[in-house]
Amino acid sequence: MSSLRSLSTFLHRRPRLALGLLLLPPVLWLGVVYLGSLGALLLQSFFHLDGFTGQVVRRLGLATYRDLLAPAHLDIARRTVAMAALVTLTAILLAFPLAYYAARYASPRARALLTLAVVMPLWSSYLVRVYFWKLILAREGILAWAFARLGLSGVLEGLLALPGIGGPSLSVSPIGTYLAFVYVWLPYMILPIQAALERIPPSLLEASADLGARPGATFRRVVLPLALPGVAAGSIFTFSLTLGDFVVPGALGDSSLYIGQAVLAYQGTAGNVPLAAAFTVIPMAVMALYLWGAKRLGAFDAL
Amino acid sequence: MPSEATRPRDRPRAPLALELAVGAVLVFLHAPFAVILLYCFTTEDASFRFPPPGLTLDWFAVAWGREDVWAALGLSLRVAAAATVLALVLGTLAAAAVHRSRFFGREALSLLLVLPIALPGIVSGIALRSALGLLEVPFSPLTIVIGHTTFCVVVVYNNVLARLRRTARSQVEASMDLGAAGPETFRFVVLPHLATALLAGGMLAFALSFDEIIVTTFTSGQQETLPIWIFNQLTRPRQRPVTNVVAVFVVLATSLPVLLAHRLTREDAGR
Repeated sequence: MSSLRSLSTFLHRRPRLALGLLLLPPVLWLGVVYLGSLGALLLQSFFHLDGFTGQVVRRLGLATYRDLLAPAHLDIARRTVAMAALVTLTAILLAFPLAYYAARYASPRARALLTLAVVMPLWSSYLVRVYFWKLILAREGILAWAFARLGLSGVLEGLLALPGIGGPSLSVSPIGTYLAFVYVWLPYMILPIQAALERIPPSLLEASADLGARPGATFRRVVLPLALPGVAAGSIFTFSLTLGDFVVPGALGDSSLYIGQAVLAYQGTAGNVPLAAAFTVIPMAVMALYLWGAKRLGAFDAL
Repeated sequence: MPSEATRPRDRPRAPLALELAVGAVLVFLHAPFAVILLYCFTTEDASFRFPPPGLTLDWFAVAWGREDVWAALGLSLRVAAAATVLALVLGTLAAAAVHRSRFFGREALSLLLVLPIALPGIVSGIALRSALGLLEVPFSPLTIVIGHTTFCVVVVYNNVLARLRRTARSQVEASMDLGAAGPETFRFVVLPHLATALLAGGMLAFALSFDEIIVTTFTSGQQETLPIWIFNQLTRPRQRPVTNVVAVFVVLATSLPVLLAHRLTREDAGR
């Protein structure tokens, strides 16, 4: 104990050294292991795969980026970004009522319960929540059964027959992929919007009403603008998570690929790690643009 | 969160349409749990037929007897335990450093800690995969642990930092004034104060690791953690109820620590 004590005194007199010792392990881990890996990723994307030998050629060049611009790859990028945008918009529409209710009308007790009801699915197994939809949307599953019971089987068939978004069953279609995405990311949208709404002082709403604004006008001109940073913060999550996911389209999608699946396929069986690495530049670039826009909206104050 | 005093005493009643919308979203979020629970008991094992043709308890026994489930569960538990311990150490050190002093690169460190969960998982996954490839490191449970620790550190860091900010500096000073040296002050003042924050952060890190699949896919090679096992089952038509039983087990196993962690950190969130 006495040596420990003298060590502690020694460090107390040298705050810089003590700080350095505290910082060393986390900085080594994240700065060297993680940033180093990101560097390795970038480096790999400038290598290329030799088409004849199937070996990665460790020489810097832009050949892999030329491959990335092939029309099939651009299709994958466009499909993924469109899905991310659609999922984000839907999540905003579904999240807003719940967040608004929790922030404005719920008693403290009800608000705690609502928050828990939103947080629980967020933490309970993501993979199982994707699996739910495989089960619910199956051709012989509960949703098809409900449609049949309501005499709406024709509607379901019509939906599945739609070119581009339909498929043999909802569990193998872009519609299924979309539903599962909305489901798994919804809590990420609710929480920041709720946080932003809770920060609006009730007196502001009273002032608006006192000045003669109808509830609708107060909502549009006071509540919505103040909720915007929360919406932007939530959409960072839903957008980023959708861009990088391969589980949902892998479980519920048809044969058209998303960025995550392309990355997985290229690094796996194809052995083309350089192209997989180059592919991840797309979500990173999209997110960098997105974050830049969100920062201008003040989204980071709502995280 | 505003304190209760700033809220109007007579709370306005929500419009009916809003209440219905809230109810619908809550049903959307939670009803699937009931569906999967029902499917644990179905006698139909090759499709997701609804309504189930019959009910049975057999699948619990079958799942219990499956070696591959136990192997996947074992690997997941070992990886989560190792990643949690590493994250606890690294996260606490980082929180202590950020809390006690302002230094050059402090903002950069916070950004660095959040980066693994802010970037799409696939980026972290392929980045680690590239590094392992370049260094020619073979896949092993250790490579999975490296990936998991990277994104678990931030949960511990957030929990511990929130608690440190609520700790009055005067308590530490009082302890020192009363003659306690650094180690004693840490042992008898700081540590008891941090205990529940460490427990909560640790449990969240454990749940995060136990559930992760995206980064894991890139750092595991041929090894199967429990989420990867479930993912592989999705494409197999036989014995589907076994997957349902495992899924329900996983939901319960990850929900309980989260509920506990929620209780433990309520005071932090309340201020």
